[in-house]
Amino acid sequence: MKIDHLSSFDLSSIEIDPALFLDTVSSRLAAGGRALAYFALPDNGIYRLVMVIGFDREGVMEAYSAPAAGSFRALTPHFPELHLFEREIYEQHGLKPEGHPWLKPIRFNTPGAVPGVADYFTVHGSQVHEVAVGPVHAGVIEPGHFRFQCHGEKVFHLEIMLGYQHRGVERSFIGGPGPRSIHYAETLAGDTTIGHGWAYCAAMEALSGVNVPRRAQLLRGIMLELERLANHTGDLGAISGDVAYLPTASFCGRLRGDFLNMTALICGNRFGRNMLKPGGVNYDLDPALIKELKLRLEATYRDTADAVSLLWENASVTDRLGNTGVVDKVAAEGLGLVGPAARASGVGLDTRRNFPYGPYENFTMSVSGSGDVYSRAYVRWLEIQKSAELVAGWLDDLPAGPIEAEFGPLKPNAAAVGLTEGWRGQICHAAVTGPDGLIRHYKIVDPSFHNWQGLAMALRGGEISDFPLCNKSFNLSYCGRDL
Amino acid sequence: MFKAILARLRQGYRTRPFPSEDVKMPHRYLGLPRLKDAPLNRAAAACPYGAILTEERRLDLGRCVFCGACAKAAPEAVEFSREYKLCAGSRDALLVGRGDYKRAEPLARELTSIFGRSFRLRQVSAGGCAACEADCNVLGTLAFDMGRFGIQFVASPRHADGILVTGPVTKNMELALRKTYAAVSSPKVVIACGACAISGGPYAGHPECVGIPKDIPVDLYIPGCPPNPYTILDGLLRLIGRAK
Repeated sequence: MKIDHLSSFDLSSIEIDPALFLDTVSSRLAAGGRALAYFALPDNGIYRLVMVIGFDREGVMEAYSAPAAGSFRALTPHFPELHLFEREIYEQHGLKPEGHPWLKPIRFNTPGAVPGVADYFTVHGSQVHEVAVGPVHAGVIEPGHFRFQCHGEKVFHLEIMLGYQHRGVERSFIGGPGPRSIHYAETLAGDTTIGHGWAYCAAMEALSGVNVPRRAQLLRGIMLELERLANHTGDLGAISGDVAYLPTASFCGRLRGDFLNMTALICGNRFGRNMLKPGGVNYDLDPALIKELKLRLEATYRDTADAVSLLWENASVTDRLGNTGVVDKVAAEGLGLVGPAARASGVGLDTRRNFPYGPYENFTMSVSGSGDVYSRAYVRWLEIQKSAELVAGWLDDLPAGPIEAEFGPLKPNAAAVGLTEGWRGQICHAAVTGPDGLIRHYKIVDPSFHNWQGLAMALRGGEISDFPLCNKSFNLSYCGRDL
Repeated sequence: MFKAILARLRQGYRTRPFPSEDVKMPHRYLGLPRLKDAPLNRAAAACPYGAILTEERRLDLGRCVFCGACAKAAPEAVEFSREYKLCAGSRDALLVGRGDYKRAEPLARELTSIFGRSFRLRQVSAGGCAACEADCNVLGTLAFDMGRFGIQFVASPRHADGILVTGPVTKNMELALRKTYAAVSSPKVVIACGACAISGGPYAGHPECVGIPKDIPVDLYIPGCPPNPYTILDGLLRLIGRAK
């Protein structure tokens, strides 16, 4: 059933005949749709499978739902992008996707599960060896377990086992919205505070039918693009650090902080905490602050352009980045990759373009085709330019008016999908309300949920020393995936 | 090569002096709170984490995520300053009242003589949102340059003088945290960085989170959600007796 991506819809309007459900969603996926979310909704002792499908080129969203009990036919063999969704449904609710190639745990949160203890894909042979890393690994970084099947330096396969960061955020939204809800959203992935916070607000606003004032939309846009600027700049620095090109690494380390400090200038917190609330924003800008932000943006952007340009002109850097960790377009589309990782493989997918929201209009996305580390780095640079232009434009054209609208109660027995383009890619929050107008089910899909498998693919046939570089070029979130 | 040198000249020298009186937090930054004389009931009701203890007339910095909801609901009862030096040496010391906040003391003299000039930490990320980790990482950049004080994050617990824990310690990370702690040789220190590590933070009360086990004694508490990098740096320097 076609739904409007900015409005709520009745749960009953997306129900279809259970006998037709799997065939219908299959045909929609085959027709060019992409699964934005696929989950089981507890419903009076049984479950209801719900799939939200996006047609990116057309900017059309559809949703389907049908009851299921015990087991259902796995679609992963035909649509690999669903592999983690189906494993998640099995782990969370025990509904078994029959025919799924490998139903491993993903968060190890069921009784008796021991984190990291599962069947791993192994390669056998006299000179084949396995390298195991983590959960505590070198560097100040989140925990995860990685297993490489190697022959000498060559990597046959990398398997990534996560779940260490599972802290029960998703179910904590149930019964809300409450005073903690926005904090849960802001800390789904700390470096994506605005991206996730906005997706949460968007879902709540659709459910309550509130129209966010234009000024608040632009302020949100400024915050989201500053978040992207900080993270992309930091990533380019980290990538150059991993190829031992230290000038850009050191410059970008400082510049990332300068972007974060601009965020802190607006709301007091470097990560954008406390800025958003359903209905609008908490902090406004006065002319003096706008002037200060414009000065800082200009100077920081100039220094960033200077620091980043060194990368593309240095043969030893471009040689190391090119043809390393290639994910081709077929793999990227098959796995349902999102964000810069997808755009670097030539996939034209950017929520700001496909499903415009807030202040985004006629957005032109940045795509590069080679699917290697170079491409993932270069797409970031293109996006830095775009984001700086957007922020500068919005600071100039901030319309007068209120920064929040009254956020009323949620519509009962309804559902809404909040979509934003975080710096890692598309963020999807699906909220369902009960008869009391409180949140009855909440589903979060962080871009990393899709993209971790992309990192594993990038390593195939590469060398184990490519791993840090490939990892930085994806820079995925562990906590956003583990929830 | 020539271009890189020119860029270096343009980018300039960016390491900021520290400890220094010049560190100014942005205008809207929420730092050390102070309780005023008015009743605390409204402020306490506004706090989603029970950080305001009305009976004792205290605000628990360990539970506070610095969202400012209390000061917004009851400006007559709570106000936030821009003071970023927030670390404490004991859990009880995190309970603030009217401006008598007691910051962490340096370690015992024999420990500061060991760690004072070379202090290596293994960071253990255990279930948070990775914002604390980001603000620890940033201490290695040239703006903060923690290395100038002899402080460094290292890859192996065998090379470390202690651990710095972030996150509410999920069930799934408890064993890894214990093993990492056990792998650090004594004498060793433990630092709880951020509201999560101290009290569970936004995830306080979640059955998926267990917190830092009681048998791993914490030497330094750095509140915040996440703490500002300067708050962390100040805490580390205080602990090893390099800042007052």
